[in-house]
Amino acid sequence: MDWITTVDHKKIAILYLWAGGLFFGIGGIEALLIRWQLIKPMNDFVDAQTFNELITMHGTTMIFLGVMPIIFALMNAVIPLQIGARDVAFPFLNALGFWTFLFGGLLLNLSWMMGGAPDAGWTSYTPLSGTAYSGTHGVDFYTIGLQIAGLGTLIGGINFLATIITMRAPGMSFMRMPMFAWTTFITSAIILFAFPAITVGLVLLTFDRILGANFFVPGGGGSPVLWQHIFWIFGHPEVYILILPAFGIISEVIPTFARKRLFGYSSMVFATILIAFLGFMVWAHHMFTTGLSPVANALFAVSTMLIAVPTGIKIFNWLFTLWGGSVRFATPNLFASGFIPTFTMGGVTGVMLASAPADFQFHDTYFVVAHFHYVIVGGLVMGLFAGLHYWWPKMFGRMLSETLGKWTFWTFIIGFHLTFFVQHFLGLMGMQRRVFTYLPNQHFDTLNLVSTIGAGLMGAGMLVFLANVWITSRKPPDAGGDPWEDGRTLEWSIPSPSPEYNFKQTPLVRGLDAFWKEKTAGNKGMTPAEPIGSIHMPSATPLPFVMAVGIFIAGLGFMFSRDDFSSALVSFLFNNYVVTGLGLLITFGAMLVRSLYDDHGWHIEPEELEGR
Amino acid sequence: MTTTHAEPVHGGLAHEPEKATAEGRNKVLAFWLFLGGEAVLFGTLFATFLALRNQTNEGPAANDLFHLPLVAAATFLLLVSSLTSVFAIQAMHRNRPKLLRNWLLVTVMLGLGFLGLEIYEFSQYVRHEEFGMTTSAFSSAFYTLVGFHGAHVAFGILWISLLIGQLGYKGLTVVTAPKLYISAMYWHFIDVVWVFIFTVVYLLGKVG
Ligand code: HEM
Ligand SMILES: [Cu+2]
Repeated sequence: MDWITTVDHKKIAILYLWAGGLFFGIGGIEALLIRWQLIKPMNDFVDAQTFNELITMHGTTMIFLGVMPIIFALMNAVIPLQIGARDVAFPFLNALGFWTFLFGGLLLNLSWMMGGAPDAGWTSYTPLSGTAYSGTHGVDFYTIGLQIAGLGTLIGGINFLATIITMRAPGMSFMRMPMFAWTTFITSAIILFAFPAITVGLVLLTFDRILGANFFVPGGGGSPVLWQHIFWIFGHPEVYILILPAFGIISEVIPTFARKRLFGYSSMVFATILIAFLGFMVWAHHMFTTGLSPVANALFAVSTMLIAVPTGIKIFNWLFTLWGGSVRFATPNLFASGFIPTFTMGGVTGVMLASAPADFQFHDTYFVVAHFHYVIVGGLVMGLFAGLHYWWPKMFGRMLSETLGKWTFWTFIIGFHLTFFVQHFLGLMGMQRRVFTYLPNQHFDTLNLVSTIGAGLMGAGMLVFLANVWITSRKPPDAGGDPWEDGRTLEWSIPSPSPEYNFKQTPLVRGLDAFWKEKTAGNKGMTPAEPIGSIHMPSATPLPFVMAVGIFIAGLGFMFSRDDFSSALVSFLFNNYVVTGLGLLITFGAMLVRSLYDDHGWHIEPEELEGR
Repeated sequence: MTTTHAEPVHGGLAHEPEKATAEGRNKVLAFWLFLGGEAVLFGTLFATFLALRNQTNEGPAANDLFHLPLVAAATFLLLVSSLTSVFAIQAMHRNRPKLLRNWLLVTVMLGLGFLGLEIYEFSQYVRHEEFGMTTSAFSSAFYTLVGFHGAHVAFGILWISLLIGQLGYKGLTVVTAPKLYISAMYWHFIDVVWVFIFTVVYLLGKVG
């Protein structure tokens, strides 16, 4: 019950972690099933339709329901601590964002049990995703489930922006802010400007499918290429929504374990902003083969390649930070160091793909699959592992086992390269993406076998990580406030796990790497910026949960509003939007309750603070 | 934080009560951000409309449909309602809750008038021109863009009405003031979007 009503950002972080982890597991099982189907030519483990559903759900689940929430978990766990705040700007909205994400994800996954999952790829290209080619409710689950989940993301983005702008501790100027806080800030800005585009795209597709509109239906005057524009003007920034937080994590972990300040801090900030900006200008590099003009292709090719410049700056800054530091390879730093070459390889194939003429060869082959997995898995997932191992003690008060951590790292990274390195060659030899099988003796057989074995190894690495979590959770808490001993930023200046009010006294920030600065000056902790006083806390409330349930019901109701059911009553309820209305009523009712009853919150008094 | 929650300030309200508390300031800031997102939302809808506005699929085209006098009347109502919401906020800053309430009521009435005209307009198209959601890509884009705006107006009316109720029940405090202030921001935003719709959809549809 606690968990349903909580508005504490640290608990919401844990909720995001469990829910994201669950979906990540589902997406992982889907990946293994895909790889099992491709282990040998002419395999008949699954049929073509199921295969389409598997790849669609794998991609969609991994991106929207797996890694994004885990990113949000880390942001929620760390950001208020790093900027010296007692809370986020809007604790209530924070909870609401989590619950809408969760119910959107549940809706999407219900499709497996309710007549077929979405089957048009995670990009849902029209007209393939129109009713003419995708007649089940699959794509409706996609449009409506993602819509609800996306709402949660948008809420989270606005909340982090407001939090970082207004809640920083005294002295924490923007140019003293830790890199992870910076990348969270920029990521949230990208979310704010990219997600509304996909919101519209999903609405239009929903209208096409459920209300018979003609946006993407050529026969009615609509344009399928329009979908691609809308999708990618969201979709390309989306990949930066994923990777920038990973950059932030790497920029925290490396200085800590190299015991040196981050090389080129201000150029890192500048590069982050530049990447975000360019990220919005390059979407059509996903559409080189749709027949835009050669001029358009050339412009988008060049602007894409420009992104390599700020990215290169980042890579060199990390290397220079490691260079000459007294480097300690604890698990977080293993992942962070493994990230650098792996991500760089993904970047190189990215520049190759950005060359429009070459892309006519690479397009929709396994070369593309290899490229984006190098970036998303070799980059982002490695970054997340680094971050999870690094902040685990802060989140749970317990150190993860170093031995098991190293096992995780080595099985994961070896499995990863086995899986995806060979896919570059499969692609160059012409193996198409999204086909459910291939003919024997095209030189595809061995490499596919290798790839599947690698996937199994990655799965094993995940299991080691889960075992680590399980074993650790049964031990008593053992982490001190600064368990890595070389913590530089504010979150390490308070106990682990942090008390619900975070800081007994708001700290005074006197420079970059605020905590490190105090430590080198010989101080034990931060200098407080205020006397001990009573601390105001927001109260727990079930309303965010109720609101999300309402939206969930409304979504289901709308989805089936054109169906015939065997029971006349059920048909009546759905066809007249009674169910939809009921769902909306629940949501608006909860909003009304929220506005009628003032929630003054409660206070933690100084005596209580001292008592601990 | 220590002082975010608030009680009515005795002996006069702060000059800008919407910014008197940290929570209020956060709300105003976050609402600006939210409007940034809304701008992208409408931008995408406008782009879609522009891409599809000539794809009439042998159904009615903009030129056959639109009656500018009706649209002009609707525009007038909405523009004036923006003005009255400014008066409302001015009344709030002068700490005159009754006047505030009255201007809000006028705003809501004007909004309802706009919505009524729009519903009348749509029903004319559907009934007499056989121009529905499914007719053409143009019709889909038209109803979606203009309808989305209409839904925003409807939501705004509902929201402000509830706030009027809350004002009666709780009075003008540093808790209610930020809500009233951001609802006015929202209302102006809707108004600005309508100016674009009037230009891009109706005027361009008549002449272009
Ligand atoms: C155990 C690790 C993984 C394996 C073995 C794996 C395997 C695969 C395979 C075989 C495909 C199908 C390619 C195709 O035919 O188009 C695929 C697609 C995809 N994967 Fe993964 N994957 C893994 C992890 C991930 C992760 C962590 C993410 C994202 C965070 C991800 C994102 C995607 C996306 C976006 C697609 C494209 C789906 C589509 O074509 O619609 N994958 N993956
Ligand atoms: Cu891209």
